[in-house]
Amino acid sequence: MLVEEEKIRQQLIERFGLPADKITVQRERRVWADVPAANFGEIFDYATDKLGFVVLLTITGLDEGPTLGAIYHIARESGIILNLHISVPKDKPVIKTVSARFPAADAYEREMVDLLGMQVEGLPPGNRYPLPDGWPAGQYPLRKDWKSDTIGKSEVAENA
Amino acid sequence: MPEREVKLTIGPQHPMLKEPESFLLTLRGEKITDMTVRLGYNHRGIEKACEQRTYIQDMYLVERVCGICSHSHSTCFIQTVEEIAGLAVPKRGLYIRTLIAELERIHSHLLWLGVAGHEIGFDTLLMYTWRDRELVMDILALISGNRVNYGMNTIGGVRRDITAEQIPQILSAIDTLEERTKYYIQVATQEITLRERLSGVGKLSKEDATRLGAVGPTARASGVDRDVRRDDPYAAYGELSFNVITDDHSDVYGRTLVRVGELMEAYKLVRQILKQMPDGPIAVKAPRKIPAGQAISRYEAPRGEDVHYVKANGSDKPERVKVRAPTLANVQVVAHMLKDGYLADTPIVIAAIDPCFSCTDRALATTNLDNGRTDRMDWPTLRTYGIDWYSKQGIDFAELNRKLRTMRESN
Repeated sequence: MLVEEEKIRQQLIERFGLPADKITVQRERRVWADVPAANFGEIFDYATDKLGFVVLLTITGLDEGPTLGAIYHIARESGIILNLHISVPKDKPVIKTVSARFPAADAYEREMVDLLGMQVEGLPPGNRYPLPDGWPAGQYPLRKDWKSDTIGKSEVAENA
Repeated sequence: MPEREVKLTIGPQHPMLKEPESFLLTLRGEKITDMTVRLGYNHRGIEKACEQRTYIQDMYLVERVCGICSHSHSTCFIQTVEEIAGLAVPKRGLYIRTLIAELERIHSHLLWLGVAGHEIGFDTLLMYTWRDRELVMDILALISGNRVNYGMNTIGGVRRDITAEQIPQILSAIDTLEERTKYYIQVATQEITLRERLSGVGKLSKEDATRLGAVGPTARASGVDRDVRRDDPYAAYGELSFNVITDDHSDVYGRTLVRVGELMEAYKLVRQILKQMPDGPIAVKAPRKIPAGQAISRYEAPRGEDVHYVKANGSDKPERVKVRAPTLANVQVVAHMLKDGYLADTPIVIAAIDPCFSCTDRALATTNLDNGRTDRMDWPTLRTYGIDWYSKQGIDFAELNRKLRTMRESN
């Protein structure tokens, strides 16, 4: 039980010197890891290329108060999910795109751009998603301080 | 007239578009050279709304993410909540959840088969499959009281039990449906019009399906052997035996075969569930406040994999709810499948991932490929161009027009 999951945990700890309490095996097939944003790129590449996490399930964006978070949910063919969590400061919320490795990430990253105000470096040009083209700048609906009456309806209509 | 590149916008509002989406196709003659998708017209802010409501309210809200896969979304959502709260759902509850899940797959795949028939002008298939689909809709209504949005789930189990009287009714409907589905398999494999129309259309190689992240029957029809029910078992699937249907045709024909194959597996599963379902309670009581924590859950919905993430903060409302529906993963695959295909294949290729729509809009702007200049063609110009083009081919509409006028005048 949990042999594979523990192995993944150990590999991440040994390879990147991550603190042991930052990586947890929640249950069978569920591993969660808090990783520093600075070396997220190499950890992500290692997990996808070397550890066999070849499926990107989705990316969850989070408003964590002073920081914005992103959880990359990646899975093995065998069903184990590795959830890689990073945090970036809200005043400079910059992450790098993973859409070169996973084209489907395009939509998940644009969602974080529109709804949380994340800045994704390297995202290819394309349509915004999912908010309308005339949506006022600087309004991020999934931020905790944003309420549905934060912007007036007329403001949206004027910009549309 | 020199060869021209035409940009054709389909949507966001379109007579045959069941949901608002916008597709911009670039055409050279009848061939599609490029396509971009604009989504978001149906964004209802459900994730934000979930943060402002209690878990039990969210469950009903999330059930309405999709009208067809409603049980899929509510199950996927409460699985995360149950995991965070450490609730052990009674076995009977899990079996009932799985039963509804498979009945939902049956109604969804029969619906798709009808839509696919309709998109290629084979409306007899639509009439047949939708007539048969009523049998499974009746069963769902018998069990849950509703044809869609069954409201069967609750945090910690299910809300209604299966009675002894219902079992023979379910089994008899399943027997009939199995017979009918055997006939559809015969139609799909032997009816030459269907086979020829769907073969080689919307090609997606195994490599591209994996690379682009295709899910569900779309991926399995390209030989990608993935099914969450087997790979990351939830509800009662860990105790049931079934085959994951894959196919190597890698086109719309393959997607059809996978879905009819999955129908046959679903009938097997329903019988197994009813036979193996243990006695006992159907739910445990869930706390109003869910302890802080996070969980992710996957669910093999009829259209592919649903992913839900929930973060709890210890209150009665979630901190964050994230939903990834299968179409978001698959709609990017469509652009790839349409490239180098024919315009006339667009409706069936898009329908084959199982959102659905048909027919096309009128051209607005054309780009002259010799000098790169963009011209606008208004309706009368387009009409004159059409008449001229046909008369050059030896087809003259003048005689037809004259007849039409005479008929109108004599009326």
